[in-house]
Amino acid sequence: MKKGLAKLTLALMAAGAISTSAHAATTLVYCSEGSPEGFNPAFYTAGTTFDATSKNMFNRLVEFKLGTTETEPGLATSYDVSSDGLEYTFHLRKGVKFHTSKDFTPTRDFNADDVIFTFDRQGNKDNPYHAVSGGSYEYFTGMGMDTLIKKIEKIDDYTVKFILTKPEAPFIANLAMDFASIFSKEQADAYMKAGTPEKLDIDPVATGPFQKVQYQKDSLIRYTAFKDYWQGKAKIDRLVFSITPDASVRYAKLKAGECDVMPYPNPADLKQMEADPNINLMSQEGLNVGYLAFNTQKKPFTDVRVRQALSLATDKSAIIDAVFQGAGKAAKNPIPPTMWSYNKNVVDYPYDPVKAKKLLAEAGYPDGFSTNIWAMPVQRPYNPNARRMAEIMQEDWSKIGVKAEIVSYEWGEYLNRSKKGEHDTVLLGWTGDNGDPDNFLYVLLGCDAVGGSNRAQWCNEEFNNLLLKAKQTSDKAERTKDYEEAQVVFKREAPWITIAHSVVYEPIRKEVKGYKIDPLGGHYFYNVSK
Amino acid sequence: MFQFIFRRLSLVIPTFLGITLLTFTLIRLIPGDPIEVMAGERGVSAERHAELSAQLGFDKPLYVQYYHYVTGVLQGDLGNSLITREPVMKEFLTLFPATIELAFCAAIFAILIGLPAGIFAAVKRGTVIDHSVMTFSLTGYSMPIFWWALLLMLVFSVNLGWTPVSGRIDVVYWIDDVTGFMLIDSLLSGEEGAFASAVSHLILPSIVLGTIPMAVIARMTRSSMLEVLSEDYIRTARAKGIAPWRVIVIHALRNALIPVITVIGLQVGILLSGAILTETVFAWPGIGKWLIESIGRRDYPVVQGGILIVACIIIVVNLLVDITYGIVNPRIRHSR
Amino acid sequence: MTTSTKTSTTDIPLTAPVPMTPLQEFWHYFSSNKGAVAGLVVIAIICFMAVFANFVAPHSPSDQYRDALLLPPAWLDGGNWSFVLGTDDVGRDILSRLIYGSRLSIAVGLVAVTASLIMGILLGLVAGYFRGMIDTAIMRIVDIMLAMPSLLLAIAIVAILGPSIVNAALAISIVSLPHYVRLTRAATMAEMSRDYVTSSRVIGASPLRLMFVCILPNCLAPLIVQATLGFSSAILDMAALGFLGLGAQPPTPEWGSMLADALQFVQRAWWVVTFPGLMILITVLAFNLMGDGLRDALDPKLKQ
Repeated sequence: MKKGLAKLTLALMAAGAISTSAHAATTLVYCSEGSPEGFNPAFYTAGTTFDATSKNMFNRLVEFKLGTTETEPGLATSYDVSSDGLEYTFHLRKGVKFHTSKDFTPTRDFNADDVIFTFDRQGNKDNPYHAVSGGSYEYFTGMGMDTLIKKIEKIDDYTVKFILTKPEAPFIANLAMDFASIFSKEQADAYMKAGTPEKLDIDPVATGPFQKVQYQKDSLIRYTAFKDYWQGKAKIDRLVFSITPDASVRYAKLKAGECDVMPYPNPADLKQMEADPNINLMSQEGLNVGYLAFNTQKKPFTDVRVRQALSLATDKSAIIDAVFQGAGKAAKNPIPPTMWSYNKNVVDYPYDPVKAKKLLAEAGYPDGFSTNIWAMPVQRPYNPNARRMAEIMQEDWSKIGVKAEIVSYEWGEYLNRSKKGEHDTVLLGWTGDNGDPDNFLYVLLGCDAVGGSNRAQWCNEEFNNLLLKAKQTSDKAERTKDYEEAQVVFKREAPWITIAHSVVYEPIRKEVKGYKIDPLGGHYFYNVSK
Repeated sequence: MFQFIFRRLSLVIPTFLGITLLTFTLIRLIPGDPIEVMAGERGVSAERHAELSAQLGFDKPLYVQYYHYVTGVLQGDLGNSLITREPVMKEFLTLFPATIELAFCAAIFAILIGLPAGIFAAVKRGTVIDHSVMTFSLTGYSMPIFWWALLLMLVFSVNLGWTPVSGRIDVVYWIDDVTGFMLIDSLLSGEEGAFASAVSHLILPSIVLGTIPMAVIARMTRSSMLEVLSEDYIRTARAKGIAPWRVIVIHALRNALIPVITVIGLQVGILLSGAILTETVFAWPGIGKWLIESIGRRDYPVVQGGILIVACIIIVVNLLVDITYGIVNPRIRHSR
Repeated sequence: MTTSTKTSTTDIPLTAPVPMTPLQEFWHYFSSNKGAVAGLVVIAIICFMAVFANFVAPHSPSDQYRDALLLPPAWLDGGNWSFVLGTDDVGRDILSRLIYGSRLSIAVGLVAVTASLIMGILLGLVAGYFRGMIDTAIMRIVDIMLAMPSLLLAIAIVAILGPSIVNAALAISIVSLPHYVRLTRAATMAEMSRDYVTSSRVIGASPLRLMFVCILPNCLAPLIVQATLGFSSAILDMAALGFLGLGAQPPTPEWGSMLADALQFVQRAWWVVTFPGLMILITVLAFNLMGDGLRDALDPKLKQ
């Protein structure tokens, strides 16, 4: 009995020792909107997961420069591209340390083996790690990396060469994406040897500014600043993700000082946040677009005049006011204005029901026709209320005699059916992955994507050739020219009504310094101080 | 006696199988494709879709899926979550302590307030006290608890700032996960103020969740006390000149408590239902919120497994209540 | 029933005992319970509002006054007496929406209770009358349903059928079914052993006649009480489903979904959240009060 008691006191003392100095450390609390799906970013596609993993724990060969969509050197100090655009040689950074976890202590610095392991695991079905933890690498396959990368060669410990099957200019931007986060091969080998390979995806060590200490499911994630981080230790000592799904509760916590930074505020609360002296309301145009896609393979939308007429008949400003409550900007191009190669000179269709009616008559529909509008059942950043949006468009179109019925399905069903083209017109949108125009234009409007994410089922040779040309050169000026021209073709052909780009708001507490909104939608805390 | 227990136990097996069948069917009737939901706007190619559904076993005939499910369940394997890919059982076990902690504190609150209120009302029968206790308890019983939760949070957390808004403990405390029960873990950590912080985070959710059980307990205690107080032996005791409080506490209460204890046992189902709403409002990381979110995400294995475990808990508790009641009251044991 | 006449003489000692008709007797007991009467009055008012919503409500529930967004209640600063309880985020009058909402809540309660009452009586009568295999099968299903938290089951059913007010009512009636089945079955079994049932059977009454003409009227009392209380839980469950986004879809002015829609304004405009909740509480409380009164008045055991 006495012995037991002594043990308990010892345990208590030990526990106390670990957690002393808790109050001296500066802690930043981020009220995140949901739980991460897991701790290996290569498996998932949700931004919530990336915030908790890749953005703050991991590094990639190239990184996005904070606050922009441009890339900068990361774990690779530089790279060379061969003249045919098929070989990329990366020169790796020296002296980069990995985190230490409870059951793994790294013995060496980051090197070429880690890079090769990271990509080989995802692309090579024979890699012993390929099938571990379910083994589906959504982004890797989604971005076409499995067919693009032919071979990865180790030149020496600090030089790696990627050989591609075809020239692909967005490749570098792809490598800055979350799925390309670098893992430690040494840790992977150690776990494989111990027979517990799945632990790599639960407690990975990485090279990033913060290291994970503890995850309490659906409640908290705790990180400490990594003191050997290659860019220097972060200014805050501790980072906590307090998982709070409800936006009004997040705001209540922000006001009460229970959190320092919160994402996705209610549009309704913005005015109050702006007036609050303790809160600094930051905002930036998001890298997204909300659109209505016509099914261009179905009559009457096969006729470009019908598409143009409906574009003319839609009053975007009413939508911006009612649906976005001002937190949005009318869109004229399929890519957002913050993205390079955005064509400022494109002229949008004005709101002109008279001209619309005339065009419709020319196309052979003087009395209009019946159609449908599919409205999404969920709230997305690019469309906070699809039903309301559909109601406004329904009203607008009825003025030129087009009777539209509003249709909705359960989200999974909605995505699947619209992919197959069962709709007449469908509301949807897109949030950029890597800041490259190709990621919007080719993914959403290219001929390859018909029957997939090309909801307009639109394959235009002129447009598609411009995109293919831009893919094959890594000269940015040349690419910009091609994309600008493609946007003109797009506007003329009107496969979509481009509706809006939403504005991202992020309230932070006044004490928080150095925070920057990421146009790609991530949340980074390395530069933040308090 | 054993025959009685055996009879009750034998009824549990078909119920259990029925529940596995019901959860299995229900979840497959829900429209929507979990693979599409996972992929979102990006979408997956037809080949990849087929590959994933083979990986998840959705391509097999339903009866085969059901067979795998039941044999898995019997071996304690409830499958893996489609979203996190973790075993459902493991997720359940990490979240369950939070729900238990909340339900336990709510039950304590309900008993501490409900029991004395009921006794008091019965003793002062027909007075203003009785009427107000009964009115209060009926109001509590009629409370839409999600609204009650919001109201309390708005008043005490947002406006007055007396209690924290949500969460289980203040983030300045870094508590190791030892038992999963924040009250115990915060004590074990030895950090100053951690325990107080954990308690303060529990106050509002417990009150909200405990409100309906409290009302039920108060009403049950009152009517059971009234019945006992009118029994002959109480009158005799009174006539003998035993002090009134002694009559109430020693003689009446002991007998009046039996039905009350049963009622407390039967509140488990209500607590778990209420936990869904309470946890949703307070962002409490327990199983109620977990289940609701999983339904939204079409996470079949989680919903299926989660409902199954919850139903099993309720069955076991009801069984225990039944058996205790049978032990206490022979008339029930021999009926049927 | 003799005991009751005796007690009434003690209440009114000087008049001669006049035997009361069952209805008079019922009213006598019911009206002596102040709470029950209060409940009845409130319910009457709510039913009146529901039926005559078009005339009572000052505005249409869906009219949006774009220049009067989130107006506070009339008695506060900035309030306007044409919007007594204030307006919501798109300028709809909250009072009018509450009044129209009572129509929905009463309708949902009525549909859910009637549906589960009919199904419950049928299943309970069959189980109690025939016993044997049928009984076992029905009672096992009831056991299974009782083992699931009712809200969870309702959520699952609504998720299958799709969120709408009709489906929510259906889900609520399904989850409340077990109580009616159990109650009817127990009452049927008790009545079955009575002499009058045996004699009717000897005369040659058909099972249908026995079930519906002889037995059913005699087990109505507990069912009426259960139905009244079922009304209150139907309204509560409906609101909970609406709150979780699985009940009525906007812009339907259902109380629970009104509350859920207004949730994002909770910090700015307390009234959009407070009044719908209060309305739910008052209605549910009224039904519970009346149910209590009914139980006391209909249950001879409790008459003292």
